[in-house]
Amino acid sequence: MVEHERLKRFNDIAVPHMDAAYNLARWLTRNDHDAQDVVQEAYLRAFRFFDGYRGGDARAWILKIVRHTCFTWLARNRPVEIVAASEAEIDEERTLADGEAGGAASGNDPETLLLQRLDAELLTELIGKLPPLYREILVLREIEEMSYRDIAEILELPIGTVMSRLARARQRLQRAWRHSAAARHEQ
Amino acid sequence: MNCKQSTDLILPHLEGELDPAQAAELDAHLRGCPQCRASSDEQRQLGAALKTQALRFAAPAKLRLRIAAALEDEAAAESRPRMPTASAPPRRPAYWRPAAMAASLVLAIAASSGMTAYFTLPRQQDTVVQQVVSDHIRSLMAGHLTDVASSDQHTVKPWFHGKLDISPPVDDLKDQGFPLVGGRLDYLDERPVAALVYRHRQHPINVFVMPADAGDQGDGAPRGMESFSERGFNVLHWRQGGMSLWAVSDLNLAELRDFQKLFETGTAQSGS
Repeated sequence: MVEHERLKRFNDIAVPHMDAAYNLARWLTRNDHDAQDVVQEAYLRAFRFFDGYRGGDARAWILKIVRHTCFTWLARNRPVEIVAASEAEIDEERTLADGEAGGAASGNDPETLLLQRLDAELLTELIGKLPPLYREILVLREIEEMSYRDIAEILELPIGTVMSRLARARQRLQRAWRHSAAARHEQ
Repeated sequence: MNCKQSTDLILPHLEGELDPAQAAELDAHLRGCPQCRASSDEQRQLGAALKTQALRFAAPAKLRLRIAAALEDEAAAESRPRMPTASAPPRRPAYWRPAAMAASLVLAIAASSGMTAYFTLPRQQDTVVQQVVSDHIRSLMAGHLTDVASSDQHTVKPWFHGKLDISPPVDDLKDQGFPLVGGRLDYLDERPVAALVYRHRQHPINVFVMPADAGDQGDGAPRGMESFSERGFNVLHWRQGGMSLWAVSDLNLAELRDFQKLFETGTAQSGS
């Protein structure tokens, strides 16, 4: 009886956010099957830790557990991506410091890439190629449209770091778009 | 303002987060720098596309069903084997049971249709089995098999009086090949329990006795004997005379079942 009521309370709070949970897991694992497994595991984990939920934004609480589960899954199944993520960040800092910046690369006609339409298919491909840490912050901010404060809570980061990481993710995405447009232009 | 400074301000500017002085400075730079202007345009397009394109994946219906089933199963497992005292009310009303069974059924279907089900995390039921085995191992390792060493049931049985709120069934099964060795107090599922020790050849058997789950007695559907295997030990669980009993040993399952049958009939006949 007690468990039944606990489950009911949990369902009321957690089930409305299953789309957000699945969306994040789907972007991080990049396939439906693994995303489903991760979300199920995250929900079971959340149910076990439900007593530790102290109110507050339920979506942020669930997504924090989902992202933990995702990164555990990534570490086990795609360790290369995790390494790539941290290296990419350092790499990014260096190239920015070198002055390449996000400006249009020299010799590239800015007009040409505007011809390539940014449809869902292309965006999905471009975001999918980003390191997981950039992918996740873009998903939370641009697709889930969460506030910096909620993202900071989920990622357990200061708001300033959230903003600078998001800026870097957007610059990365912009560069990927540009490369893809240039590649298409050359064909 | 140079291009590097400009780059880092473009996104905050688009999101309206720059103060007016910074914004004016950036605008001035963009007017004079076609590359940064292009970059700003790209970011604006990117932001618009991210907001307008359908990029959000919705949870599939079958995932919702699967999670609902797994949670029901989890909740049922949480409340099932806690073994409340005889006087405690049942933890679950009768209607809960079919629900849990339906949930396991859905989960089984989900598992058989090629989806991965998660059984890796410990459940309450497993926890009690683990405790039974741990108690058994501890009793052997610590050389603390018995508090009262006697093959006489009339010595062992009264020894528990005043120590526990139950009187465990005790019968010497020496003639059937399972001599009584003694008894002791142990601790299981957060309560003191009676531990009876038997031996078959060189294999010790621990029998843990505690009051039965009142809920299981009350709903008219006593569950049969359950067997488990854990860390190389066999564990049997059954109920008799309002008590819940666990037998654990490194004996093979067939011999442990033989012992269980002898114990159950022997203690029933001797009326203890």
